[in-house]
Amino acid sequence: MADIKGFMKVKRSGPSRRPVELRVKDWNEFYEPVAEDILKAQGSRCMDCGVPFCQGHTGCPVENLIPEWNDLVHRGRWKDALKALHTTNNFPEFTGRLCPAPCESACVLGIIDDPVSIRVIEWNIIDKGFDEGWVTPILPVAETGFRVAVVGSGPAGLAAAQQLRRAGHAVTVFEKSDRIGGLLRYGIPDFKMEKWVLDRRLDQMTAEGVEFKTSVDVGRDLPVDELRRRFDAVCLAGGAMAPRDLPIPGRELSGVHLAMDYLTQQNKINAGDPPPPPAEHLSAAGKRVVIIGGGDTGSDCLGTAHRQGAKDVFQFELLPQPPPQRAESTPWPSWPMQLRSSHAHEEGCKREWSVSTTKFTGRKGQVEKLHAVRVEFQKDDQGRSRMVEIPDTAFELDVDLVLLAMGFTGPEKSRLLTDLGVGLDARGNVAVDGNYMTNVDGVFAAGDMKRGASLIVWAIAEGRKAAAGIEQYLKTKALAGR
Amino acid sequence: MTNEPPRQPSHSSPQSAGEAGYPAGLPGPIGLYDPANERDSCGMGFVVNIQGHRSHDIIAKGLQVLNNLEHRGAQGCDPCTGDGAGILLQIPHQFLARVAPQSGIALPRAHEYGVGMVFLPSEPASRRLCEQLAEKVVAEEGQRLLGWRDVPVKADQAGEQAQRSMPAIRQLYLARDILSEPDFERKLYVIRKRIEQAVRESAIPERASFYLASLSCRTIVYKGLLLPRQLAPFFPDLADASVVSALALVHSRFSTNTFPTWSLAHPYRYVCHNGEINTLKGNVNWMRARQGRLQSHLFGQDLRKLFPIIHEQQSDSACFDNALEFLVMGGRSLPHAMMMLIPEAWVGNPHMDLERRGFYEYHAAMMEPWDGPAAMAFTDGTLIGATLDRNGLRPARYLVTHDGLAVMASEAGVLPFAPHEILTKGRLQPGKMFLVDTAQGRIIDDEEIKADIAGRKPYRQWVATHRISLDELPEPMNVPQPDHATLRQRQQAFGYTIEELKMVMTPMVVNGEEAVGSMGTDTPLAVLSEHPQLLFKYFKQLFAQVTNPPIDPIREQLVMSLVTNIGPKPNLLGETPESCRRIKVQQPILTNSDLEKIRTIADPNFRSRTLPLLFRVAEGPDGLAAAMDAVCRQAAEAIRAGDKFIILSDRGVNAEWAPIPSILGISAVHHHLIRESLRAEAGLIIETGEPREIHHFACLIGYGAGTVNPYLAFETLVDISREGYLPEGIDEATAESKYIKAINKGLLKVFSKMGISTVQSYCGAQIFEAIGLNRTVIDRYFTGTASRIQGIGIREIAEEALRRHAEAYRPAALHQLDFGGEYHYRIQGEHHNWNPATISTLQQAARANSYASFKEFSALVNDESRVRSNLRGLLEFRTGAPIPLDEVEPAEDIVKRFTTGAMSFGAISKEAHETLALAMNRMGAKSNTGEGGEDPERFTPLPNGDSKNSAIKQVASARFGVTIHYLAHAHELQIKMAQGAKPGEGGQLPGHKVDETIARLRYATPGVQLISPPPHHDIYSIEDLAQLIFDLKNANPKAAVSVKLVAEVGVGTVAAGVAKAHADKILISGDSGGTGASPLASIKYAGIPWELGLAETQQTLVMNNLRGRVRIETDGQLKTGRDVVVAALLGAEEFGFSTAPLIVEGCIMMRKCHLNTCPVGIATHDPVLRAKFTGQPEHVINYFFFVAREVRELMAQLGFRTVNEMVGRTDKLKAHKAVDHWKARGLDLSALLVRPEVEPSVAIHCTQSQDHGIAGVLDHTLIERARPALEHGRAVKIQLPIRNINRTVGTMLSGEIASRYGLEGLPPDTIHVEFTGTAGQSFGAFLARGVTLTLEGESNDYLGKGLSGGRIIVYPPKGSTFVPEDTILVGNTVLYGATSGEAFFYGRAGERFAVRNSGAHAVIEGVGDHGCEYMTGGVVVVLGATGRNFAGGMSGGTAFVLNEDGHFEQRCNMGMVELEPLREEADLTVLRDLIRRHAEYTGSRKARTILDRWAATLPRFVKVVPIEYRKVMEARKTAAVKQSQKGSPVHG
Repeated sequence: MADIKGFMKVKRSGPSRRPVELRVKDWNEFYEPVAEDILKAQGSRCMDCGVPFCQGHTGCPVENLIPEWNDLVHRGRWKDALKALHTTNNFPEFTGRLCPAPCESACVLGIIDDPVSIRVIEWNIIDKGFDEGWVTPILPVAETGFRVAVVGSGPAGLAAAQQLRRAGHAVTVFEKSDRIGGLLRYGIPDFKMEKWVLDRRLDQMTAEGVEFKTSVDVGRDLPVDELRRRFDAVCLAGGAMAPRDLPIPGRELSGVHLAMDYLTQQNKINAGDPPPPPAEHLSAAGKRVVIIGGGDTGSDCLGTAHRQGAKDVFQFELLPQPPPQRAESTPWPSWPMQLRSSHAHEEGCKREWSVSTTKFTGRKGQVEKLHAVRVEFQKDDQGRSRMVEIPDTAFELDVDLVLLAMGFTGPEKSRLLTDLGVGLDARGNVAVDGNYMTNVDGVFAAGDMKRGASLIVWAIAEGRKAAAGIEQYLKTKALAGR
Repeated sequence: MTNEPPRQPSHSSPQSAGEAGYPAGLPGPIGLYDPANERDSCGMGFVVNIQGHRSHDIIAKGLQVLNNLEHRGAQGCDPCTGDGAGILLQIPHQFLARVAPQSGIALPRAHEYGVGMVFLPSEPASRRLCEQLAEKVVAEEGQRLLGWRDVPVKADQAGEQAQRSMPAIRQLYLARDILSEPDFERKLYVIRKRIEQAVRESAIPERASFYLASLSCRTIVYKGLLLPRQLAPFFPDLADASVVSALALVHSRFSTNTFPTWSLAHPYRYVCHNGEINTLKGNVNWMRARQGRLQSHLFGQDLRKLFPIIHEQQSDSACFDNALEFLVMGGRSLPHAMMMLIPEAWVGNPHMDLERRGFYEYHAAMMEPWDGPAAMAFTDGTLIGATLDRNGLRPARYLVTHDGLAVMASEAGVLPFAPHEILTKGRLQPGKMFLVDTAQGRIIDDEEIKADIAGRKPYRQWVATHRISLDELPEPMNVPQPDHATLRQRQQAFGYTIEELKMVMTPMVVNGEEAVGSMGTDTPLAVLSEHPQLLFKYFKQLFAQVTNPPIDPIREQLVMSLVTNIGPKPNLLGETPESCRRIKVQQPILTNSDLEKIRTIADPNFRSRTLPLLFRVAEGPDGLAAAMDAVCRQAAEAIRAGDKFIILSDRGVNAEWAPIPSILGISAVHHHLIRESLRAEAGLIIETGEPREIHHFACLIGYGAGTVNPYLAFETLVDISREGYLPEGIDEATAESKYIKAINKGLLKVFSKMGISTVQSYCGAQIFEAIGLNRTVIDRYFTGTASRIQGIGIREIAEEALRRHAEAYRPAALHQLDFGGEYHYRIQGEHHNWNPATISTLQQAARANSYASFKEFSALVNDESRVRSNLRGLLEFRTGAPIPLDEVEPAEDIVKRFTTGAMSFGAISKEAHETLALAMNRMGAKSNTGEGGEDPERFTPLPNGDSKNSAIKQVASARFGVTIHYLAHAHELQIKMAQGAKPGEGGQLPGHKVDETIARLRYATPGVQLISPPPHHDIYSIEDLAQLIFDLKNANPKAAVSVKLVAEVGVGTVAAGVAKAHADKILISGDSGGTGASPLASIKYAGIPWELGLAETQQTLVMNNLRGRVRIETDGQLKTGRDVVVAALLGAEEFGFSTAPLIVEGCIMMRKCHLNTCPVGIATHDPVLRAKFTGQPEHVINYFFFVAREVRELMAQLGFRTVNEMVGRTDKLKAHKAVDHWKARGLDLSALLVRPEVEPSVAIHCTQSQDHGIAGVLDHTLIERARPALEHGRAVKIQLPIRNINRTVGTMLSGEIASRYGLEGLPPDTIHVEFTGTAGQSFGAFLARGVTLTLEGESNDYLGKGLSGGRIIVYPPKGSTFVPEDTILVGNTVLYGATSGEAFFYGRAGERFAVRNSGAHAVIEGVGDHGCEYMTGGVVVVLGATGRNFAGGMSGGTAFVLNEDGHFEQRCNMGMVELEPLREEADLTVLRDLIRRHAEYTGSRKARTILDRWAATLPRFVKVVPIEYRKVMEARKTAAVKQSQKGSPVHG
């Protein structure tokens, strides 16, 4: 650590966002670049803690060596920083842009001041790495002759694939959609991550020898038996795409849509696909939009709606409004319950808390009104929280477009899982052992498919761990003479 | 692991006593107790008629000396059984000629027979068998037995325990028929060695009782397990007026044990010893190693009969005696042999005469010093003398009378003389010898003896001709160069991490010294780690505590040396020019070029052989043992073939070959060669990629490497330099030299921790304890190393090496070093007990007062089945017979047993410190001041009843703020002997951390650095500790005195000594304790877990029946109720916590305490950061009550109602089965769980209080007679005689004053006491303001220690005939830690005058070595000569020295001070006033003369002023001027 008092001298600063009036006019990333000297100064704020909580149980899931690269950036040793970063994280360009950064909420400096800008430093390390041409294919030293199938090309699948390929296995990634990337491709709007970021990483993987197969719905297009026959091991990384729906009257009306459908469509258009016919085009242009669900997906819908030219956007959340600062119930270093406002909220939004939507009404199959009531949560005798409607608070709102962004319930029930016969856990996710193997020999699972919908960084972490499990499995197999 | 704690026989049944090899009385190893750790220390002396006139009076005087030294000895559990006393005399022929015939012995004329003093088994049959064996040997040696005489004894004069183990004592008479007297004496030596050997190897049931105290035709030894006063009554012989001698050597022993052992009393055949030999293991090994090379024309064929020259299972003094005897019998004179064994510090002494230097250089090439604190008195019956070790750490005073008597003893005043009888008085000085030759009838002074011996042979010339210096060798042609292509993989094969490069190696290169860290260690022991560990990590450095002092290698550098001679060792008995044919190296780290010089040397006398230290990967873990056999065999063969250097090398590591762990390689070969008697014939060098930090090098040298070439560390430096990781200005060459410098500095520190001064004596000394290595590995490869819980074997060692190798050579595109995680937590790295989960859960529990959260925390911590990281995790409770929770004593009582650790204000912030004090006081528990003193404001309770007064007040080596006022406000006074994070080391508070407040509390100057010396300068031995305990008890009779020790092998034995020194409580600290700042290696590698130290202490104290006298506390990362219960079951009744309460206060283990940047305001003084502190006393209280609650739950399960019932109940513990851990499964914790079998009356927890012996002290009289002053402030004058047995005079009186009148005391001179006589130790200790002590006479050591405002005046008796200004008047370590007051001495002082003085003003007429050491304030005037190293570490205050010979500068340590003439008026005033008053108070002639010739004398005074201090003072002056110009008041 070059400056032991850096944290006392330098205040936190992150990248500034492009002006709202400009950025809502395009789909480009909304952050401005950060000058190198600012990043170096920000790196000096890292205290090189004896116990870096950023790495701890509430910190970075992918176990990033944060103090190491903070210091290296502070010293201007970008290439070394990149090396350190890549030892734990295959895709820092994704997490650097998209991660909510539990490392920062666990940062020790956060006890007395604003935490270190870890995420931005990470992002800049990897972007500089690409810019400088330091990110090159890493070819395996030797081929093992083993073949591994990775089902799903989201962050978990990609991380597993890259790890396995580098270990010398022949890796094929199957994706049921038409492009590789899963949620990274179609779930994340371009203004959060432009897709060339993904493509350049896929280029590297292709150069390393990973084989990508799109539009293959394994279990249907590729029967499970054949999958097992052709591959020595399988990694399931199909995500947890089953959405949580809102089964209330009027749900069937046109204009009430799932957030993921909405986001995917815009992403495809941005990618150059021809826009769908108007009847199927879910555009917010000139509309009054309500987003139900206060999380990240809701926020993505919000930003998308603005860029599409929405007239007015509301966001409803069932839970009460969190406090502006870390709630007492979630002390440092845990992930804080607190009011979060994204870039999209800055772009305009009417946020309502403690609102339960009761029904939709409309005409000609088109939604026109949303009916809702305010609620509160009460503790029952057992101390369990129970939601009750507050009398006389029902209200209604004129709407043109309702987007349901209420999260996901787990992996989609598909033939893949049923035909493989993998066991599920109580929450309906694929159950695995300590090595990430399912109850089916040689079949592993990682990412949202295994843990339920979660962060990208968790997906990468699990993809890596599943790859390690597969590596171990194949080694044993090799010793046993296959 | 076993589940049943084995029961062991107790020491109290005589049948089981004395396992073969150990003297009778000492039990064999039981549990964690090992008799090998027994220590002793003592008082000793001699009386001699210089002309050699024999008289009975000499014996009477000798016995009188002994009686007056009784307080330096000790008694055990039976107050009438001493630890041993004895006397050595010339053979009293007249007397023997009279009594021998009564036993049927016809005695020849004087000198024509030898007498043996023999201890025999009391059981007649065994006794007879021993006698027959002896007679057989006598016959075989061709000598004639004259007969046996029963030595009359009065058994009832001995103590009860002593009587039970008393041997039969008989004298053996042998005739000198044809041999000359010297040859006969030599033959008697051979006979004695053979008899000892024969009995030892016999099957005689009570052979352990057999002992030959002496067998000589010149001298005889009477000794036994007696108190000094019992010696004469016990042996009626001694009272017989016809028992005459010209000399008497006496000794009173203070041993750590109370096992009744007759043979361990001194004197031995030639010496008696006060001190301890630290390098013993190495010395004994080296003596054995050179047996193969020995030749002697004097012994001829008899030589082999003497082997082993040193029998191992005996005390250090006995071993030394064996070595000395061997050299003397081998033909050297007694003083010559002493100079070889205990050389003075010559390497760093530029003033030494060249011939003498030549002598030492020559002998250094032959023999390594026996190093350690030693006052050694010796005699052969004609010559008698004494010498001090190079450090001079034991006291020895002598006097010579006009009528030809010389008396030498550990103290002055042991024999009364009228002033006019005394011709001269003196003291032994470091490295100096005092010798009386009764044949010549004169005293021969040090200079003359040494000049004579050094001049007998042309040693200097021999050295110049035959000894080669490494620097003189030609530069080699080819030097191995770095190989960058393979570097990374080789680094991986040796387990390098990025963390090591960054945190360990880079700081060494940048700062030239070892890196510093903080907050202790919380990673698993190597044997419990999931990660492969370097074998070095299984070795823990030993360190000195209590029984011997560590050294300050920086401030007392003059005694330290890294110079070593490598190559074959010569015949020790020879004295030829070629005997010194070896290669001298300046320090033990060889560069690649240095190594090539040796490897390619042309001289056939130095031919070398390089042997590979590698094993084949393909052979798997079993390949290592075979490879070890091969390398050992090859080394032996090479030596037999004439090679003189064996270079063990692990160069050549590649995909097929893995390195043999270097310490295993070196030690295995070293021990193999010792066993083969080949070790002395060749030098051992290791060329290895493994070592990189200081501990590694210490291990290699400690296990036998003469020199080390760390080639991969050098390559690594080149690599990090090329990669640009080093600051500008440090190129590759600089990096290498700074790195070597840092290793050197670190090595000196490691040696000095154990009190060892030279690399020569450290080499092979094995100053380590192994944790987690099994017996087979130890016995075979690390012979003689303690390893008490077993552990891994050679296969697992190989497995660890292979795992590293596999990682290094696995096919991968990119090889990258591991990031580490040993020092700072990394989730991928080593497990840490304090990790994000444990820290945050604990904080949340304490803040929210949630016991549920605490249970979560304790589950995380206690769940060691998942992550085993400490020994207690491997222990399980044996539950059964639970009781209802409400029957268990309440939590309110349990918390009273809790303490917080010694964290000084200075290490932690005011807020953090006071919060702990408030919390602990509210609970009735105890907080600790730490070593930095305490703000007197805190002594007064707050209006709301709260108190910030720390109940425990620490007394550490620097004595910061230790005033009588401080002492008087303690509930407990804790003497810190060592600290878990850095045992054996001192400390340093850099000037920038010494702010106004800290300076005020520590009596220092803001901005001036403060140094804590490694040792307490008033504790160099166990009897010194007893003295300090006595001092503190006098200062505050109500306070308990505790002694803080750190766990290491033998700590139990030390604790037994401490219990006998009357401590009320002993704290056994674990190795993992926190620290504000400590070298990383000390944090990691010194000390052992408290579980081991505590269990050993409990077992040893119980076996000695001492446990009932002391309370035992333990600390070291205690966190949960479970920890407390395990500690209680292992033997603790009080429990210390430090890190956990700090965490509760908000600490998040930044490990930045040493940088002052603690972001949560705990370990910082930065006001901005202190403002961030959020800790609350309530949180701390919540935490401790949680712990107590968990303790109660466990007690209920275990069926204990009170904590006392639980103490020492190891039967309630069992060891886990650890089969699922590949390394831990070899552990065997049964030794921890041993309960010594003792009679039911023997207490296993504290049941009684100590008798401190303060009921009869002189101060009761003083207090009584000073009552008008104490109660009404009326001046009183008291006159009293005083003797050396009156110790610590004036202290209790001062305590009375401080508790009544506070820091201010009384007006000066209110109580004036005039003494006449010789004062005992600690005269005027902690003397309060208002008291003046005048002493007409002389005084012993520690006068005026901690002087707190009083005045002390000492002058020689009226009528003395010696020259006062040239004569010793007061002893060593005078005014140690004085904070204020005045002292005037008309005479000279010993070593370390005014050490750590921070405010007293003193005038003295001459001082010994190390005057004004570590001084931080006050004024010292020296009106005469000083010894060497004046002002070492002096950072404040002023000294005025009369530089009479003009050479003062050479004797002054100029490291921190400057000398200047006196210019300033203020200085002149101070000096003149002090001298004027000195003359007035003491009648000093010299002072009077100086005043009379003031103008002429003044220019000869020099002012000694610390540089930093002056800068600060000048800055203040400037600031004051500026301020006064502005007209505003000045602060500070």
